[in-house]
Amino acid sequence: MSQRERLVVVGHGMVGHRLVQAAIERGLTERYDVVVLGEEPRAAYDRVALTSYFSATCAEELSLLPGGSYDHDAVELRLSTEVVAIDRDARTVTTRDKVCGTETTVAYDQLVLATGAAPFVPPVPGREHEGVFVYRTIEDLDAIREASHTATSGIVIGGGLLGLEAANALVQLGLQTHVVEMAPRLMPVQLDQAGGSTLVRHIEKLGVSVHTGVMTEAITADEAGRVNGLALKDAAPVEAQVVVFSAGIRPRDLLARECGLEVADRGGVLVDDQCHSSDERIWAIGECAAPAGRMYGLVAPGYDMAEVVVDALLDGPGRFTGADMSTKLKLLGVDVASFGDAFATTEGSLELVYSDAVAGVYKKLVVTEDGSRLLGGILVGDAAAYGLLRPMVSSGIPLPENPEELILPASRGGSTGSGVAALPDEAQICSCNNVSKGDIVHAVEHDGCEDVASVKKCTNAGTTCGSCVTSVKAIIEDHFAKTGREVNRALCEHFAVSRSELFEIVAIHGYRTFADVLEAHGTGRGCDICKPTVASILASQFNEHVLEGRHRGLQDTNDAFLANIQKNGTYSVVPRIPGGEVTPEGLIVIGEVARDFGLYTKITGGQRIDMFGARLEDLPLIWGRLVDAGFESGHAYGKSLRTVKSCVGSEWCRYGVQESVSMAIRLELRYRGLRSPHKLKGGVSGCARECAEARGKDFGVIATDKGWNLYVGGNGGATPAHAQLLAGDLDDETLVRYLDRFLMYYVRTADRLQRTAPWIDSLDGGLDRVKAVVVDDVLGLGSELEREMDRHVASYFDEWKATLEDPEKLSRFVSFVNAPGVPDPNISFTTERDQIRPVNHDEPVVLGSTIPVGGPR
Amino acid sequence: MTAILPDRTETEEWTEVCRLEQVPAEGGVAALVGGEAVAIFRDHLDEVHALSNVCPFARASVLSRGIVGTRGGVPFVASPMLKQPFRLSDGVCLDDEAVRVDTWDVKVDAGVVLVGAKRTPA
Ligand code: SRM
Ligand SMILES: Cc1cc2nc3c(=O)[nH]c(=O)nc-3n(C[C@H](O)[C@H](O)[C@H](O)COP(=O)(O)OP(=O)(O)OC[C@H]3O[C@@H](n4cnc5c(N)ncnc54)[C@H](O)[C@@H]3O)c2cc1C
Ligand code: SF4
Ligand code: FES
Repeated sequence: MSQRERLVVVGHGMVGHRLVQAAIERGLTERYDVVVLGEEPRAAYDRVALTSYFSATCAEELSLLPGGSYDHDAVELRLSTEVVAIDRDARTVTTRDKVCGTETTVAYDQLVLATGAAPFVPPVPGREHEGVFVYRTIEDLDAIREASHTATSGIVIGGGLLGLEAANALVQLGLQTHVVEMAPRLMPVQLDQAGGSTLVRHIEKLGVSVHTGVMTEAITADEAGRVNGLALKDAAPVEAQVVVFSAGIRPRDLLARECGLEVADRGGVLVDDQCHSSDERIWAIGECAAPAGRMYGLVAPGYDMAEVVVDALLDGPGRFTGADMSTKLKLLGVDVASFGDAFATTEGSLELVYSDAVAGVYKKLVVTEDGSRLLGGILVGDAAAYGLLRPMVSSGIPLPENPEELILPASRGGSTGSGVAALPDEAQICSCNNVSKGDIVHAVEHDGCEDVASVKKCTNAGTTCGSCVTSVKAIIEDHFAKTGREVNRALCEHFAVSRSELFEIVAIHGYRTFADVLEAHGTGRGCDICKPTVASILASQFNEHVLEGRHRGLQDTNDAFLANIQKNGTYSVVPRIPGGEVTPEGLIVIGEVARDFGLYTKITGGQRIDMFGARLEDLPLIWGRLVDAGFESGHAYGKSLRTVKSCVGSEWCRYGVQESVSMAIRLELRYRGLRSPHKLKGGVSGCARECAEARGKDFGVIATDKGWNLYVGGNGGATPAHAQLLAGDLDDETLVRYLDRFLMYYVRTADRLQRTAPWIDSLDGGLDRVKAVVVDDVLGLGSELEREMDRHVASYFDEWKATLEDPEKLSRFVSFVNAPGVPDPNISFTTERDQIRPVNHDEPVVLGSTIPVGGPR
Repeated sequence: MTAILPDRTETEEWTEVCRLEQVPAEGGVAALVGGEAVAIFRDHLDEVHALSNVCPFARASVLSRGIVGTRGGVPFVASPMLKQPFRLSDGVCLDDEAVRVDTWDVKVDAGVVLVGAKRTPA
């Protein structure tokens, strides 16, 4: 076997990370040891999503490598390690530890430069003052945030894509924000004058002042050297305490220059189409590289370069042949997209423009002279058509008869959606991850993917900027339609409709019983799937007792006896302990009950106490004692609200900024008993330390000094998900209102046994859709959802107490219909660690002629 | 508490277990017959069936607490433990015909449900 070689990667940014991933995935690590040297103090993170760092709770959330190391023996990652020199003859690099300053050398057989780019700061007088920043790293954002505490206004120099990102950040930090751009319009690289003007109007509405066509003369400062404003040429000065430069980027090619590698005229390590530099052992990828002399300031081309290098090292044929520089973003909430030949530079090309100044929409298509092919376009204010249009450019498929219909609003004859059917298999759908239509169809056909979520997992499509998700979904559905395979949404053999459709059917017709629903919309007699589903829907809407005669036979195992069945047929008992707060008296009662009925007792993961091993016939006696002591059902058995976990919060904790216990109790009491598609859990933490693990819950509330941040869609279990921010800094009432809406929207539209995270994923638009419905109320459903929740709250009653008061309901809690008090002989216990545990039977038990009367007490 | 126990010898063949209306429509109850736990079900046609109460998969005495429904028109009970379906008429598991729970002769006489001898599978 040949000796192992060493591959050294300089820079652990987005592209360097992708290279290592590809090296591991494609088995390059069988031949090479990989050493990655990164200057930043943390492992690669999602720079594209940098601005979301302000709404994230910690930097880790942006990480592309949570945990900070590769789970592979052959890969070593050294952070805070800057490469300061390359010795091409000795084939070594010199590194300097950023923390202690020590230098070492590392030998390489192959060297990959992935050093990215640095923000360009033009030589404006005053740029050295305190309060001047760039916008590239998490440290930059920390510094800007720090400075914003004492500032009232901020200026971004540069009105390009990144400048507007930075402006967005300043707005989020509560600063009066200005954007100063030398060119006559915003985003001069992507937009034409009309598109730029439309964007300005949107952005000004958000309170940002836009100054285009002006030159910065100097950054002014007070005597202490702290920034106090900007002097402009031929315009009044602007006051600000924070200045952020976003005037473009420059490839970080210094290392390459110093060791004599060829660089491009406009900067960047000059590389060929395999990303080889002028030294055969050195490669360059990402923003520091200039394939054929051109550098690319986007992540997708960098990813392609990373794949090409790995391929080349494996002697593969991969080539980098340029990239699609299309962009689609949401800038300060405004959709902007630019793709293909946006400026109509192609000979004889024509422009089709639709513009609606009132609605703030500008759309332009660039088409060939004969109108048969799409060359490019610009969309501002409404970029819904982007997913359809962009692949048309790259695949060159013919345009429809009336191409203007592609950009007209639906009410004026335009069509949205459809169209993916016409795309050829090679059409690139996800440009971030280079996934074609064919890849997606393949995933559906051969890898068993059934929906967007599984296609995402399988192909990576839609996992970066998300702009292609609508197209991905359309392709899946189109494929199903073509192959005659219905996306089977039928609940079971008795109902051809989905749970959410059934929910609407019940709401519209007002059915109150399973029999009515079945008669009108089903066939047969029902089964263990549709019966509990309909029971849950009826309970969500009317909140009648689940053990009411006509509902009882529909209930799932646990609901049927208001307790959780255990492996030996006994039950567990969980009284509600809202927010985990319990008095000593309460604890004593629970202890006494458990002792008197001989129950196994355990603290649950949900901050309450579970008592196991209760015989069916004992449940009413046990609950009688608990209800008398003021306890109520904890719904541990229901597909309904379980617990709202809380930390101790500002009531006691020295860090707490809000009363998390009070809020958790308020929420638990509000939503208790709400029957839902799956179980629901909540959490409330008193500060960002997050001791309540709220983001692991379906809804998580985390205190801020201004109020509460609301996160949704978290869960533990087999596929853990972190809840995502729905809205920030809410006051108590708004928090409750948004939660009412969120939960009811979920209860109405989710599938059976679908928790909130997969439900959100399944929505067209995902979390954005939830935000639109819950926060922006685009459907105008807000008050209706709140009313439904109010009705639920008003109709709540403790179902165990109600059961104890009704002899008819109690009559079912017997071991045997003909021997109500005789314990089932199949149940027996042994003892372990001083408590009972079930004995497993291999055979059914037959009683002898004598029967022990009464169970262990 | 003293339990009144049905004794097989007293009734020769049949054990009275309860009145028909004590068995919920499309539901079940457990009865103690000859020392064994037997699940009594009533299907949508008011036919009564007697199956062992013990789910062979879970090895727990729970079948009477399962949901009763139909599959392709055939009445079955879904084990409350892990949802395996058992045909009410003969106790055969619909997902795995090799598994079968014991069944008993059962009849309704003047509104009273009577359980007879354990059937031997055909
Ligand atoms: C008792 C408890 C374990 C314990 O001893 O701590 C428990 C016990 C059960 N869990 Fe759990 N879970 C318990 C906390 C949790 C937690 C922790 C938490 O809530 O913080 C989780 C992860 C968080 C989450 O739900 O996202 C958890 C994730 C699950 C799951 C996976 C859910 C998922 O979406 O993937 C299931 C399965 C299911 O619901 O389909 C499950 C199902 C079950 C069931 C109901 C299984 C069953 O049907 O028999 C267990 C029976 C409970 C019983 O018999 O009383 N349990 N379970 C905890 C009761 C909490 C409570 O006070 O109500
Ligand atoms: C706010 C913002 C928004 C963006 N939005 C988008 C977007 O919407 N779409 C898009 O496609 N792109 C976007 N980008 C650009 C995208 O982030 C970059 O294209 C991408 O990060 C380039 O990856 P890279 O690995 O080449 O560089 P980087 O991610 O910058 O990584 C380079 C790494 O190398 C390290 N390094 C440099 N020199 C050395 C050295 N001598 N020794 C050791 N380590 C070194 C650096 O510290 C850095 O960690 C955005 C960028 C920013 C800042
Ligand atoms: S989350 Fe904050 S307030 Fe709550 S206990 Fe932890 S540190 Fe204290
Ligand atoms: S295009 Fe960005 S995730 Fe697909």
